Amino acid sequence: MSTSDLIKLGIEAILIQNVILTQFLGICPFMGVSKKSQSAIGMGLAVIFVMVISSGVTFVINDLILQPNKITYLQTIVFILVISGVVQFVEMFIKKTAPFIYKTLGIYLPLITTNCAILGIALINVQPEKEFGYAEMFVYTIGISIGFTLVIYIFSTIRERLENANVPKAFKGTPIALITAGIMSIIFLGFAGLV
Amino acid sequence: MTKKQNFLKGIFSENPVFVLILGMCPVLGVTSTLFGALGMGVAFTLVLVLSNIIVSMIKNFIPNEVRIPSFIVVIATLVTIVQLTMQAYLPDLYNQLGIFIPLIVVNCVILGRAEAFASKNNILDSTIDGLGMGIGYTIAIAMLAFIRELFGAGTLTLFMYGDVNIKFNLIPNNAFEPISILILAPGAFITLGLLLGVINAIKFNIENKKSVGRS
Repeated sequence: MSTSDLIKLGIEAILIQNVILTQFLGICPFMGVSKKSQSAIGMGLAVIFVMVISSGVTFVINDLILQPNKITYLQTIVFILVISGVVQFVEMFIKKTAPFIYKTLGIYLPLITTNCAILGIALINVQPEKEFGYAEMFVYTIGISIGFTLVIYIFSTIRERLENANVPKAFKGTPIALITAGIMSIIFLGFAGLV
Repeated sequence: MTKKQNFLKGIFSENPVFVLILGMCPVLGVTSTLFGALGMGVAFTLVLVLSNIIVSMIKNFIPNEVRIPSFIVVIATLVTIVQLTMQAYLPDLYNQLGIFIPLIVVNCVILGRAEAFASKNNILDSTIDGLGMGIGYTIAIAMLAFIRELFGAGTLTLFMYGDVNIKFNLIPNNAFEPISILILAPGAFITLGLLLGVINAIKFNIENKKSVGRS
């Protein structure tokens, strides 16, 4: 794949195939950790970090161990174990080497194991019809995780304002947040013709 | 808690979708047809009931420190079994649900029930709890899919396998244009938001009536 194709793939991953608004992955952190923009950024950065590392590791395992031995049906089990191991390892590693990063990301890391976007993207990367090589995989994963951070940050700034808005009692909290996400999703549909 | 209360709590007072707001990814992702939602509901209930049974059986042998990883292995094994069975016997459903079948592994409802209920209760109670939660989840996503497919496409798909295709066309001769945004991605968010709002409104109404009756 040429460089311009890779750039196209990256833009597609950020805007057109946005992980939250069009693929519906990672909805739990999207609704749960978006009440303050500070925590949304923390969650977004943690997702970028973990998603790139865990997708890389699972891709290599799939390429070198599962595929040659024809045991790709074990993907789900192997990937979820690898991801929870990677999350634990990343947590211990940055606690030791970069306490500053740990302070901002630390509390979000354990939450990430059950973030379906991480397992979802790891599984999408190895789908045979995608035909991803290492370069495409990295560009796609980075694009998807940037898209996640972008959307969760925009959404959190809207929600901060929604706190003070005069919303009917029954719609306070999650219902109005979901409708807001729906309107954001309409906006992101508009990017469909971009690439 | 009686067995009946244990069963009904998953459907009403602790409904995983409408009350606990857990496991939202498939709720939004597979509800563009009724068939997809029902298939997802059955697969989800199967995994939940079996994982509750197995976890309540092995709870005494597992050291406390490694219980979460062990539960995840149990759940992932069950999901793989369901996935391969579905791929073999219901390929249409498998293609429609796609990535959301393996993602049952990271559905917080299943791990949550294993940790909060099955690891503390006996096999019978855990089975009833799993059944109640699973049926509550299925009813919720079927409701969402019913609204989305009916108003978004004007059809209701009940079953699809090879040539057998049970599909009701509910708009005679294109009497009106369906609201196609509802079966697209934004429709999932908006329909669920409106549905939750309506349920809240009904709940507040009942609570108001109760408090008026009491005073």
